[in-house]
Amino acid sequence: MNARVAAVRTIAGFALRESLRRRVFLVVLVLSAAFLGLYALGAAQAFHDADELAIGNSFGVEPRVIVGATMLGLAMFGTLFLGAILAVFLTLGVVRGDADRGLLQPVVVRPVGRSLLLVARFLGAGTVCGAYVGALFAATVLITGVAGGWWPDRVIGPGLALAGAACVICALSLLGSVALGTTANGIAVFMVFGAGLVAGLLGQIGEALGSSTLNTVSGVATWALPFEALYQGALSSVTADTVGFTKLAIDLGPFGGAEDAGPLLWPWVLLYLAVVGLVAARGFARRDL
Amino acid sequence: MPAALVVSDLEKRYGTTTALHGVSLEVARGELVGLLGPNGAGKSTLVKVACGLVRATAGGVEVCGAPAGSAAARASLGYLAELFRFPGWARADELLRFHQSLAGSAGGERERAELLELVGLADARGCRIEAMSKGMQQRLGLAQALIGDPPLLLLDEPTSALDPLGRRAVRALLEELRSRGTSVLLNSHLLSEVELVCDRVVIIAAGRVAAAGRPQDLARAGGVEVETAGGVRHFAAAGREDAPGIVAALVAEGEAVYGVRVLRSTLEDVYLEAVGAGSGDGGAEPIR
Repeated sequence: MNARVAAVRTIAGFALRESLRRRVFLVVLVLSAAFLGLYALGAAQAFHDADELAIGNSFGVEPRVIVGATMLGLAMFGTLFLGAILAVFLTLGVVRGDADRGLLQPVVVRPVGRSLLLVARFLGAGTVCGAYVGALFAATVLITGVAGGWWPDRVIGPGLALAGAACVICALSLLGSVALGTTANGIAVFMVFGAGLVAGLLGQIGEALGSSTLNTVSGVATWALPFEALYQGALSSVTADTVGFTKLAIDLGPFGGAEDAGPLLWPWVLLYLAVVGLVAARGFARRDL
Repeated sequence: MPAALVVSDLEKRYGTTTALHGVSLEVARGELVGLLGPNGAGKSTLVKVACGLVRATAGGVEVCGAPAGSAAARASLGYLAELFRFPGWARADELLRFHQSLAGSAGGERERAELLELVGLADARGCRIEAMSKGMQQRLGLAQALIGDPPLLLLDEPTSALDPLGRRAVRALLEELRSRGTSVLLNSHLLSEVELVCDRVVIIAAGRVAAAGRPQDLARAGGVEVETAGGVRHFAAAGREDAPGIVAALVAEGEAVYGVRVLRSTLEDVYLEAVGAGSGDGGAEPIR
């Protein structure tokens, strides 16, 4: 058991060291700082404009809450998108890509085993992406709060949900890497990611129109791609305690109307990860290298 | 103690293509066996099945008594692939440390230093792999395969990127390994190299064992050539033991004898015959 844990740590550590040496993290850090700077500028300006619009408001609507929730919703979308990019680029060539380049064979013939290799790569990439997404979300919450004095109703839950969503994308990308070459897998995972986002938007449109068909389609799609369900749940919980016309106005906005999938979501995510892992391990075990 | 490698009736099909048709061979402990054959003969497939990289369709492969692909089998072998790459960002010492950890080797820094010294890369210890020449990377691959002192080495074209000096160094290394009792299956296109170092040779053609045996046994007698005043005379049916008698008879007949050559077919002739190409010119090479 100790040898297996040591092997997992070795493989995950080697992969992370590669990202460090290849300056992946440096690029991510610089571009994330640019994203946060832009977001801070946008948030400050949006709150400033909201204050001007609020003069003479007599409908009981709280413009700062609407602006804060909408801006943070935008930041969460950006955070998940950046997290998805990181997740995909850390994992898209783990099996077939590395095998095609001749990088995988010297590692696979070692006694660690193929399943353990997948577990190690998932843990390495999942930890990095989860931590990155969590940190970026925390930074955007802080920026929103400092810029406009608005704080979300929940912080930990949405942060964990976004981190979980990034881990699901890591798992899907690893699964794809068993069957597809690097480029094909990258394209496939981004398309799946886009499909999930579209499913979520369909649900929001369905909610606004009161269309049960759209809601059903969206519900099935988001459960099939649970990173979207986690994202929707995170969006929903940042205004979980907001009520009245303010809540209505948020729901009508571009990041409103999200539905919390309920208490079964996390067990489903864990089961989903286990099934994806098993299918990936089985596919990898059967693959000739 | 079980043999280092036992391949029994091994079959491998890729879709409708059959790469191996019931191949059987054995590598004893401390034996150095050369695997020869033309491109596409199935040599690399055989080595990959032994490593657990490719699954057999039928038949079996055992590495030191354990089924190929099992953790025990993988722990007993060192492997250098024909087409391999190491992460370019890593340093030589760092890569070896990574593989030590995966192989469960407790050799530490001493083992790494010894292996780098053994393959002539002692000065390149801190060198990034992407800055190394192909030959240096191949030597690093050999060092990687030797981590943990495995009882069986599977080397797939280990000298393909090496210059003549590098090849000679690898030959010396293989002889050193044999003297230590390490078994080696050497897959190579270089017949002369195989002939020089291998105890036995297995020739594979179209997925089947076409010939096997010791190089000296595979090479057949090609007659005796005697240089006389009247020209070169060839005694096709004669062997080495017949040479003194032939010379004595010629001298008795009054012929002036200037030289004698015992002819034998080379491994190359045997190889070409086994793979069905034929040497065409009877290309026997004199052995003095």
